[in-house]
Amino acid sequence: MSNLLEINNATLKFGGVVAVNDLTFSVEEGEVYAIVGPNGAGKSTVFNLISRFYGPYAGSINFDGNNLLERDADSVADLGIARTFQNIELFDHATVLQNLLVGRHRHRNTNLMQEMLFTSKVRREEKKHREAVEEVIDFLDLQPYRDKMIAGLPYGVRKVVELGRALASGPRLLLLDEPASGLSVEETQDMRWWIDDIRKQMGITVLMVEHDMGLVSGVSDRVLALADGAKLAEGTPAQVQSDPAVIEAYLGAGAA
Amino acid sequence: MRIHFKTSYEHDIRLFPDWWSFFVYAILIAIAVVLPWLIDDFFIGEVTNVLIWAIAGLGLMMLTGQTGQASLGHAAFLALGCYSCIIFMEQGLPFLIAFPAAGVLTGVIGTIIAIPAIRLHGIYLAIATMAISILADDIIVLMEPITNGVSGKFAPVINIFGIEIERWTTPDRFYWLVLAVTIICTLIYRNILRSPLGRAFAAVRDSEVSAMAMGIHISRTKAIAFGFSCAITGLAGALMGFFAGAFNNETFSIVISITLLMMIVIGGLGSIHGAFFGAVVVAFLPQFLSIAKETVIGGGVAIPGLETGVFGMILILFILFEPMGIYGRWMKIRIWFELFPFARKDMFKRQKSYLKTERLR
Repeated sequence: MSNLLEINNATLKFGGVVAVNDLTFSVEEGEVYAIVGPNGAGKSTVFNLISRFYGPYAGSINFDGNNLLERDADSVADLGIARTFQNIELFDHATVLQNLLVGRHRHRNTNLMQEMLFTSKVRREEKKHREAVEEVIDFLDLQPYRDKMIAGLPYGVRKVVELGRALASGPRLLLLDEPASGLSVEETQDMRWWIDDIRKQMGITVLMVEHDMGLVSGVSDRVLALADGAKLAEGTPAQVQSDPAVIEAYLGAGAA
Repeated sequence: MRIHFKTSYEHDIRLFPDWWSFFVYAILIAIAVVLPWLIDDFFIGEVTNVLIWAIAGLGLMMLTGQTGQASLGHAAFLALGCYSCIIFMEQGLPFLIAFPAAGVLTGVIGTIIAIPAIRLHGIYLAIATMAISILADDIIVLMEPITNGVSGKFAPVINIFGIEIERWTTPDRFYWLVLAVTIICTLIYRNILRSPLGRAFAAVRDSEVSAMAMGIHISRTKAIAFGFSCAITGLAGALMGFFAGAFNNETFSIVISITLLMMIVIGGLGSIHGAFFGAVVVAFLPQFLSIAKETVIGGGVAIPGLETGVFGMILILFILFEPMGIYGRWMKIRIWFELFPFARKDMFKRQKSYLKTERLR
C-alpha cells in the first residue's frame, strides 16, 4: 500500500489563532480514513487546505507525487480529488442531473466554439458524461429526483446529491465533510453502505470528517483524532476511542 | 395532461424536448417571418424594436441570469457595438463583415474590462460597471475625430449582396434582418446552456466554492460570460443604431443600462423567454402609456417621469410578488393547464432554504 495523500508538518494560522498546528498524516491508497475531533479542532480546515481554499503557513501537501501547494483551488479536481461540504454547497437553481453533470466538468474536452455551435463532438461528449452520471444515479438510487430542482429537495437527498456530484467526477480521493450530519438513522445506515461500496467496488480512497462514531468505527480503517489543530491520536477506531488523550479532549480531564 | 416519455439521453440534449414544442416554435417562427404581410409598417417597426431589445436582453441575461453577475454598464457595450459597426462600414467594410466584427470587438473589449471588474461581487460589481456606463458618454465625446462627438453619426444603408436595407424605406427587410440575428443569437445562447460551459456558468452563479472544488476556473468562466454577454449586446447595439438612424453620445445613456437590467428582472432572470417577455414590456410600455394617458386625461398634457414611475412600480411589484418574472408566471399558468385538474394552489410556494453559514467568501 502506498501513500496517496501526504500532509507533512502543515501549519495554518488565522492571525493569532493556530487552526492547524504542525499536523502530519498520510492516507493510504484504498483505505477509509476518518478525522474526528471536538468542534473547532480544525477538521474542516484540513479539508480546505487540501482543496487549496487556504494556503498553509508552513508544511507540505502531496497527492500521488504531485505537490498540491503548486496548484490553484480549481486545478485540484484535475488530479482526481473530489469533495463534499459540511453545509451543502449545491447549485440550488439547477436540477439534480445538472448538478451531477457539473461534477464531470474536469473531463470537459470541447472548446468554446464547438459548444456554441453544439457540434457532433459536443453531443457525443454530452452522452458520455450522461452515461457516467447515470451510473452514479443508479448507485445512489437518485432516479426519482433526476429532473428535480435542488431548491425543493429535502436535506437528506441533497446530502446524497452532493456525494453523487463528487462521485461523478470520477475521483481517486474523495473528501467527505460530515457525510452523516443531519441524516436520520436509516439515511446514515445507507451512507455507511455507500461509503463501503465506494471503497470496495469503485476503489476510491475516502478521507472523511465525521462526528457519528458509529459510522466512523463501522467504515474506517484508520482514525485520526484532532484537538486544537494538532494530532491527539491515530490508529484503528477502537484504539482511538480508548485513547486517554481523546477521552480527555471530549469529556474533560479526570473522566478517564 | 402532457407527459414526456424519455427513451434516450438524446431527449435531454435535444433543442426541443418533444415534437409538440418543436411544432409550437416552428409556428411561432413562421408567423414571425410572414408578419410584414400581416401588420402595417408602424407595427413592424415596433416589433423590430422588441426584437432588438430582446437581443440586448439575451446579452445581459447571459451575464446576470446565468452567471449571476449584475452589470449596469451594458449601455456602454451597446454604444461600442453601434459605433464600431458603423465606423467599420464607413471604412468600406460590407455589413456582413462589419456587423460580426463589431460583435467580436465588443466581446474582446468587454472581456478585457471584465478581468479587473470580476474580482468584485454583487452590488460592488454593479457599481463598478455603472462607472463604465458613465464613462462611455465622455469617451465618445473625447474621441470626436472618430465618433463625431455630440453631433453624432448617421447610420448608413445596409447592403447585403445588392439588397438594400434601411429602417424607414424598407422596414420589412430590416425586420427580417433583425429576426435572423435574433434567431441566431437565441440558438447560440441555447447551445451554450446545454453544454458544459452553460453548466459552469450556473455553478459559478450558485456556489463559487463548490464550482472551484469541481475544477471550474472561476475568473476565467466569469470573463468568458462577460465576453459573450458583451458580444451579443454589441450586436444589439449595432442594430439599435440602424434602428434609430442617428445617434450620439447621449443615445446610450446610463438609463438604457438600468432599463436593460430591469427588463430582464421583469422578464424573469435565467431564462431565454424572460429576455423576450421583458423586451415586450420595455418596448410597448411607452406606447401603451401614451395611449392610456390620452384616453384618461386627453392628449397634450405632459406628465414628466410618468414612464419611469410606472416602470419602477412594475419592477417593485414583480420583485415582491413574482421574483421569477413574467416567465415564472407563464410557467405557473402552463403547468396549471398541463396538470389540469390536479394542480394545487400551494404547489409553487417558495420553500425556505437552509441557512448557508460558514461561506468561505
